[in-house]
This record gives sequence, structure tokens and C-alpha cells, in this order.
Amino acid sequence: MHELSIAMSIVDLVEEEMAVRGVEVEAVHVKVGLLSGVVKDALLTSYEMACMQTPLEGSRLVIEEVPILVDCPNCKVRRPVLSMQWFCCSECGTPTAEVVEGKELIVTALELRQ
Amino acid sequence: MNTEPRLVEVRKNVLKQNDVIARALRDQFRDAGVFVASLVSSPGSGKTALLERTLTLLRPHYRVAALVGDLATENDAARLSRSLAPVKQITTGTLCHLEAAMVQSALGEWDVNHLDFLFVENVGNLVCPSSYDLGENLRLVLLSVTEGEDKPLKYPTIFNSADVAIITKMDLAKAVEFDLDAALHNIQAVRPGMQVFQVSAKTGDGMTGYLGFLRSRQANARAAAIQSAIQSLR
Repeated sequence: MHELSIAMSIVDLVEEEMAVRGVEVEAVHVKVGLLSGVVKDALLTSYEMACMQTPLEGSRLVIEEVPILVDCPNCKVRRPVLSMQWFCCSECGTPTAEVVEGKELIVTALELRQ
Repeated sequence: MNTEPRLVEVRKNVLKQNDVIARALRDQFRDAGVFVASLVSSPGSGKTALLERTLTLLRPHYRVAALVGDLATENDAARLSRSLAPVKQITTGTLCHLEAAMVQSALGEWDVNHLDFLFVENVGNLVCPSSYDLGENLRLVLLSVTEGEDKPLKYPTIFNSADVAIITKMDLAKAVEFDLDAALHNIQAVRPGMQVFQVSAKTGDGMTGYLGFLRSRQANARAAAIQSAIQSLR
């Protein structure tokens, strides 16, 4: 359960942005890769706790989950993996560990309070 | 009237603070020519036993040291000190994983320029450590024969964040009817091409191959450090 640490990092990062830009934030948009090691529901709960007694109290966290994509050495294109338990191209079944997307843990945008 | 757009783009890595420190550590380790390996696994799968054996066998030939993370107690540091290598305990309190800043502060006055190998034993946990870069060159994930062959399928993320898998407690494999083929198959399913070593820290079986691998990786790190030192002189 490291989602609370992650949520606190998000709050720190956004507070910094708020100070720099001189804005108030209503919602924080994040991208969470399925291989980032972060669980969506746990992060949502943790975020609420991390926001308490900060300028972000009451703000929303909008999570976009990013599927795992690999570079298939056979098809020569970017494809989703078959599953977390089976790292192979979902089209041709070639095993590959060349993950190109799905490890993200990034704040992508802020919704401002008008 | 406020003319600012309602949505502003940011694109910032949530763990940027950790990543910045991890990058600084990696640069520091590279310049010093020290090879850094971290160990992750569930609690009780034999990280400390493997590390004690590793330190004991490497110490006559190399300058080795270890940092060991746990929620509480100095027990593991005391155990590892039997290898006569310098060891420091990192107690995390309630934190379930190590972060780059903890490694940095634990290094303290240690001069990594005087080391060939540094080992970092993470807190026993197969979930949380996967998100945190510690600046290491190599991440080893351990799976003991007593845990069951399907561990990689249950915890694919940590296997994906690691470079090499080590199956430990091989001396118990027969007693617990460990299905080696199934375990190897499951590791390859979640991380195709992953290198796997099978060891028993107790009997020493398999240690030669695994240590040979570490030695060759260390030699590469040392050669890279010399290369970059020469280049900076030019």
C-alpha cells in the first residue's frame, strides 16, 4: 500500500504548480500505467486523504489507465500485450518484453477553479 | 474576467523527486565504478541469506558493502555483518518500500569510490518496491521454492521491473515438490527472455554461476567508469 506516498507526491507536485501559476485547482488528471504498480481505487482513496488540510481539499482526481503496449518484433508495430500474465503480442503471440507504454505515472493536466 | 483556460496541460512525472535522486545516484555509482544490485522479494524468501552468502564469497576478492531495509529491527544488519562486510540498516518505520532518498542518506559518509559492489536489500514486499527506482544497475527478484510456482503470475509488475530472477532455497525443492518447469515457464510468461538463476544459499549450489554473472557485470561497470574518466580527460 504505497498509494498514499504516491498520492502525497501528487499533492506536492500540484501545490508547486499552483504556486508557480497562481491558480486554484478543481481536478487533477493523471495517467496511470497498468505496469506502474499503482492500484486505481487505492490511489483514489489515498488522494482524498492526502488532500486533507491542503489547498487541494475537495478536489477530484481523474485517473486515465494506460494499457500495456509492446513493440512486437514480428509485426514490427506497437501492440497491446495479451495479458499481464502473458507478455506477448496480442495479434501474433510473439513473446516480448519490450514495453513501450504502461509504466507511466504522470500528472497530465489540471482543471482550474474559475 | 479570467481568460485562463479551464484545463492546463502539465505532464510531470509523479515520482520525479525520487527519479531525480535515483538518477544522481546512478551517475555517482557509474563515476565511482561501483556495481549496485538491489534485491526484492516477498518477506521470508531468503534475501538476507542469499546476501550474506554473496558478501562472504565476494569479500576476499572485492570491496563489498550492503544496505538493508526493514520496517523495524537491526536484525538483518547484524546477520549480514557476519560476512565482515560494512553493512547499514535502513529502518523505514511503517513504509513498505525503499526510496532513492533513503539510499542516498544511508550511504552517508561511505565513499562509494572505495567499493566494487554495493547491494541494497529492499523491504520484503512484492508490490510497492516496483514503482521506485533506487539508482541501481541491476534489480534481482527472488522467488523461493516454498512460495509456489505461480508467484510471477500473481505479481507480474515486480517481475517486470526486475532484470534477473533468482529461485532460492533450491535445497528444499524436492521436499516441497517444487515444479521447476512451471516456475520457469511462468517467469518467461510475464517477462520473456528474463535470465534466471537457481541457488541454495545454504548448500552453496548454484552460487558459482550467479556470482560469475555478478562479477562480469561488475567488470563491465568498472570498464565503463574508466572509459568515461578517460573521455573526460581528453
